[in-house]
Amino acid sequence: MNRINQKLKADKKLLSIYFTAGYPNIDDTATIIRNLEKSGVDMIEIGLPFSDPLADGPTIQASSTQALKNGMTSDLLFKQLKDIRKSVSIPLIIMGYFNPMLQYGVEAFCKKCEEVGIDGLIIPDLPVDVYNEVYKSTFEKYGLVNVFLITPQTSDERIRFIDSVSNGFIYMVSSASTTGSKAGFGNVQTDYFDRISKMNLANPQIVGFGISNNETFTKATKQAKGAIIGSAFINFVSENGIDNINEFVEPILN
Amino acid sequence: MSYNINEKGYYGEFGGAYIPEMLYPNVEELRQNYLKIMAEPSFQEEFDALLKDYVGRPSPLYFAKRLSEKYNTRIYLKREDLNHTGAHKINNTIGQILMAKRLGKNRIIAETGAGQHGVATATVCALMGIKCVVYMGEIDIARQAPNVARMKMLGAEVKPALSGSKTLKDATNEAIRDWINNPVDTHYIIGSAIGPHPYPDMVTKFQSVISEEIKWQLKEKEGKEDPDYVVACIGGGSNAAGTYYHFLNNEAVGIIAVEAAGKGIHSGKSAATSVLGKEGIIHGCKTLLMQTIDGQITEPYSISAGLDYPGVGPLHSHLYKSGRGEFYSATDDEAMTAGLELAQLEGIIPAIETSHALAIFEHKSFKPDDVVVISLSGRGDKDLQNYIDYFSL
Repeated sequence: MNRINQKLKADKKLLSIYFTAGYPNIDDTATIIRNLEKSGVDMIEIGLPFSDPLADGPTIQASSTQALKNGMTSDLLFKQLKDIRKSVSIPLIIMGYFNPMLQYGVEAFCKKCEEVGIDGLIIPDLPVDVYNEVYKSTFEKYGLVNVFLITPQTSDERIRFIDSVSNGFIYMVSSASTTGSKAGFGNVQTDYFDRISKMNLANPQIVGFGISNNETFTKATKQAKGAIIGSAFINFVSENGIDNINEFVEPILN
Repeated sequence: MSYNINEKGYYGEFGGAYIPEMLYPNVEELRQNYLKIMAEPSFQEEFDALLKDYVGRPSPLYFAKRLSEKYNTRIYLKREDLNHTGAHKINNTIGQILMAKRLGKNRIIAETGAGQHGVATATVCALMGIKCVVYMGEIDIARQAPNVARMKMLGAEVKPALSGSKTLKDATNEAIRDWINNPVDTHYIIGSAIGPHPYPDMVTKFQSVISEEIKWQLKEKEGKEDPDYVVACIGGGSNAAGTYYHFLNNEAVGIIAVEAAGKGIHSGKSAATSVLGKEGIIHGCKTLLMQTIDGQITEPYSISAGLDYPGVGPLHSHLYKSGRGEFYSATDDEAMTAGLELAQLEGIIPAIETSHALAIFEHKSFKPDDVVVISLSGRGDKDLQNYIDYFSL
């Protein structure tokens, strides 16, 4: 069974951490992954940087720009991950925009993911309709879970469709925003979380956007299976480097 | 072969809507409604009336006698430069502001490079009393001060795009991010025939008034509706799309596109997307775009701020790939020379974007009885400083 699906069966709320590959330094990728696993994180999203990250706020934009300046490419990322499965067993997801993947070749990209031990992909600008018609069989051939986003504005009908096409979890964007927003969790989110919870979807939901600490993690996972932290973690490594990642993770989990 | 958009939003293999889910409700709302709204008689009436009384349409189709003599062919200029705000951009913003009103939106966002689309958007927002936010690269804000001032005078808020290269591409990113953050009350007026479906088609249809008029105006002047060639400059490609639209499926009419070659196609400082671009995804649409081998979008260059976009509208990618369109590119030098020539032969100072279209005569010879219609997409007032610097005037 795919490591993501296995992890989703665990009887606990899951913490997933996003980081930008190639940031702060070009060779940090494997160290960050190992340190995150050691710190007790449940899942990792490896951000493949893109020049024009439409869905991201300033923090992830800046880390992506720096990572590209540092020389990150799809090819290099796969090289850095070549032996990662010798040292970690945590589910690994690549999150990136569609164009770099398209240029690499979608099938070649998926094949490489399988080879290095990537379990899933999140591609915000690959719409579910196109995935379903064109790419689903390729992703499945290489054992990859593909994760789609939903937002408070997504209709019930579309959520049902996304649920039917998904084979891992659904990425619940907490509010109408780009990443790193500080909107917090108000009534809109509570209603939205209730609505989704009542839909009894086949795929568990993991909440992302606007989660930065224990308080927001706890709120987000009241009904959902887990939560994802990205910008807050990038800010932490910007300030503190990558050796003491546990200092970021532990307060969230305890 | 058809050169119109198909029901899924593609021109051949180009187009579609490659957007994050956060944008889906907005884009889908527009997709479901835009054709219906455009077909409403009350919409048509209001659109036509504003184009006539506010924009000043129809724009003249002018026979350029001295230019024709010089190049020994029959050249007509479609005078979009005489529109209110000085370019074809207003045709689209009038259409989209009426669309936004019918969709119940009360806030408008737009991106702008040189500021022409920003001014055209700020203008229609002032006209309708709707709040307007224009995103503009920080670098462009510095080099296009008069247009920034115009937008402010018209009541728009001009927000600097501080990310990436701080130019048009980044302004577009920021506008899209704004839309993600304001999904309910806001309409995004994209300025070119780019973006996720239905934008390329909607913008093309609003601009198609250009070729609609060319047909009847040419009938009056030449006794026939169809020219032998239509010529336009292409950045994203909205004036070109409008100029070609009613001739797309008539293969007897040659379609000519002139892109910006900058310092030379292979100089590393160019915006000749059809030659240098590869199929990919930019701003929600599959099209030809300039990018690295790793799929990172690169920065184009042209002396003309309105042509320096790393992609090209999906219709144009299809025209290029299918061979329906003849694509040329003009360097900065060729364009500037052609602009000066028009000023001195016809008494018209064109926008530098437009000057690229006029440089076609450097690249292609026409027969003496060919009727060649060139879209004179904008006037050169905004470019005076560039002309002054270039020619040491």
